[in-house]
Amino acid sequence: MVEESGGVTKDAPKIPPFTRDQELTAFREMLLIRRFEEKAGQLYGMGVIGGFCHLYIGQEAVVVGVKMAARDGDQFTTSYRDHGHMLASGMEPKRVMAELAGRRGGYSKGKGGSMHMFSRAANFYGGHGIVGAPAPIGAGVAFANLYRGDDRVSLTFFGEGASNQGQVYEAFNMAALWKLPVVFIVENNRYAMGTEISRASAQTDFSKRGAAFAIPGKQIDGMDVRIVKAAADEAIDWCRKGNGPYLIEAQTYRYRGHSMSDPAKYRSKEEVQKMREEHDPIEQVRARLIADGVSEDELKKIDANARKIVSEAADFAVADKEPDPSELWTDVLA
Amino acid sequence: MSVNVLMPALSPTMEQGKLAKWLKSEGDEVKAGDVIAEIETDKATMEVEAVDEGVLARILVPGGTENVAVNTPIAVIAEEGESVADTADHAPMARVGEEDKAEKQAEVAAPLKPAIEVAAPAPKAPSVAEQPSATIAPEVPEGTAMISMTMREALRDAMAEEMRRDPSVFVIGEEVAEYQGAYKVTQGLLQEFGAKRVVDTPITEYGFAGVGVGAAFAGLRPIVEFMTFNFSMQAIDHIVNSAAKTLYMSGGQINCPIVFRGPNGAAARVAAQHSQDYTAWYSQVPGLIVIAPSNASDAKGLLKAAIRDNNPVVFLENEILYGKTSDVPALEDFVLPIGKARIARPGKDVTLVSFSIGMTYALHAADELAKEGIEAEVIDLRTVRPMDIATVIESVKKTGRCVAIEEGWPQCGVCAEIAMRVQQEAFDYLDAPVLRVTGKDTPMPYAANLEKLALPSAAEIVTAAKAVLYR
Repeated sequence: MVEESGGVTKDAPKIPPFTRDQELTAFREMLLIRRFEEKAGQLYGMGVIGGFCHLYIGQEAVVVGVKMAARDGDQFTTSYRDHGHMLASGMEPKRVMAELAGRRGGYSKGKGGSMHMFSRAANFYGGHGIVGAPAPIGAGVAFANLYRGDDRVSLTFFGEGASNQGQVYEAFNMAALWKLPVVFIVENNRYAMGTEISRASAQTDFSKRGAAFAIPGKQIDGMDVRIVKAAADEAIDWCRKGNGPYLIEAQTYRYRGHSMSDPAKYRSKEEVQKMREEHDPIEQVRARLIADGVSEDELKKIDANARKIVSEAADFAVADKEPDPSELWTDVLA
Repeated sequence: MSVNVLMPALSPTMEQGKLAKWLKSEGDEVKAGDVIAEIETDKATMEVEAVDEGVLARILVPGGTENVAVNTPIAVIAEEGESVADTADHAPMARVGEEDKAEKQAEVAAPLKPAIEVAAPAPKAPSVAEQPSATIAPEVPEGTAMISMTMREALRDAMAEEMRRDPSVFVIGEEVAEYQGAYKVTQGLLQEFGAKRVVDTPITEYGFAGVGVGAAFAGLRPIVEFMTFNFSMQAIDHIVNSAAKTLYMSGGQINCPIVFRGPNGAAARVAAQHSQDYTAWYSQVPGLIVIAPSNASDAKGLLKAAIRDNNPVVFLENEILYGKTSDVPALEDFVLPIGKARIARPGKDVTLVSFSIGMTYALHAADELAKEGIEAEVIDLRTVRPMDIATVIESVKKTGRCVAIEEGWPQCGVCAEIAMRVQQEAFDYLDAPVLRVTGKDTPMPYAANLEKLALPSAAEIVTAAKAVLYR
């Protein structure tokens, strides 16, 4: 699935191997997100989580691969399918879960919910409910990096559906014009809610969407965390050297509906099943670790640990109180 | 037949300018398209081209003359075969501006150029007269020295002072840098602060509003200029959804110290899509501060406050007020408090409440009412959100009558809010229903007469004030 489109390098790179430590890190991080999202789905079913809840299950390799390429201080911005990005950014699972539950211990004191969460400490700039909003906001974060003359890179995620919004191209133009250090990562999970890409996009190769602005683009298999990390390494390096923005289209897949209330009848069960069986990002890593001689037991321990973290997060969220009524009126103005 | 050359208008709001110099002398032949003179306004220098062929027979307004009203005859061109001496009948005319003189001028010009725009006086701003007198901000100590300056200069100085003070402040928008501002509000900033801090953008309001918000999240202090607030509708998603709500949505973690500024409301003869007043729109949004100054002093003190504020501020200027001159305190660091109204004119009979250019109408109306022995108290809200309704209530308790004025549309407007709050908090003090004078409930028309009808007027305010006084 690796394909060049922007012309940065001519040869399709070989899949760069991970060290065993890197494989284990990727496994641990992706599994944490998977278990967290499974739990969030359960809590939604129990009525603990309300409103909209968009699960990241299936897409874990994208954010984890990018995070493994990022440096401390690089900023993350995404739209509403954001739980995985927050965990990858190092935000505390229990406070993310508490926010999903609308509790006072949540990152936004229960006032933001699933789609609107932030952490200045973790350099996570949202969490935006408007699908294309991360593009200019992430470019603005990069503007601040350039303005200050530090070498931080803004890592900006949005979906292929958002890629059809005008503001994305306004951001591309300025980012290229001013050589802003921003990597735009299109997470192409093939369905904008219920609309398959070919029904909504005249150009379904999203890595070409920056070509009009001479933004180098690369279309990659977003289900393979090694490929994501390698592409992100190259993109981040490109940005950090002052070359301006870079566009990655990570081809991925969400196993669940668009949100919890979406039965996903617009695609076949077979299609989902095939992706799960043949391309699952976590199973790919597990298979390589086993082949490398890591024992099932060790992997089970990692899984058990992820389940424990998530279970504690859920317990915390359920037990935590709702915000004090006085919180209705706070944080309106600084 | 000789032809009068008239002082041209360089912009929809220009009323007068300087005839900087003549490039042709009396007796010179001119062809259509020849540059014959240069004129200057506070915004720009422009060349005057001859429209007719002939001989420059007489120069009526010498080079270097200041304050030449638009449509004043500045020269006479004699046509081929016409004796220069025949043009002597064209006596230099005094400034043309008043309606009667415009008619006279029309007689002269009409046979030559039947097009109506030649004969008609220049499209005038709804408030052509000089700024009516008003008290300076109460925050200024008595005896403070004053400098007379235009609102345009006051806004520029406010930005320059804050940019000197805080390196995280920068200006971004269309034509703010090399062009020196579409309305020349950012004049000189590029030269002093460089391209890193005075950033020209593509025409991309949605995008650069979002970039500004992202930079503000990351700790910078952007001043985002909209060429006019009409174009902010492209960007309103980021102003409302991203700038205004994120502090709340982040539980107080991520504030957005950004100023969105530019001219708002009707200019003159730019019609429906360029004449909208957004005060009511933005003032409905929690998380935003909305400021709309009426004079140079408030503009300077409040823009400095807005830039220092840790919240997103929508700073609504007015193109017609840009060129108006008023006193600004000669203080090293003049910062006004946000959210405080100002009693612009004390009175006891009726309270008039407005903001921005509405104050021009209100103060003129107060002058008119005074001639009939009615002492109106005129309150300038200055900040529309948060609204200093307490100052209005105090006044209404004294006068028992209230008229609110705005250029925006009536339904769900700022006046509607004022009337609601006054009836809620001062019902027992009211001797008459609260009335409002607003822009009419139509898109803005282009035709000069219809535009005048669409805007509020001092006469309407006088009528409303008399109505609440039952006079």
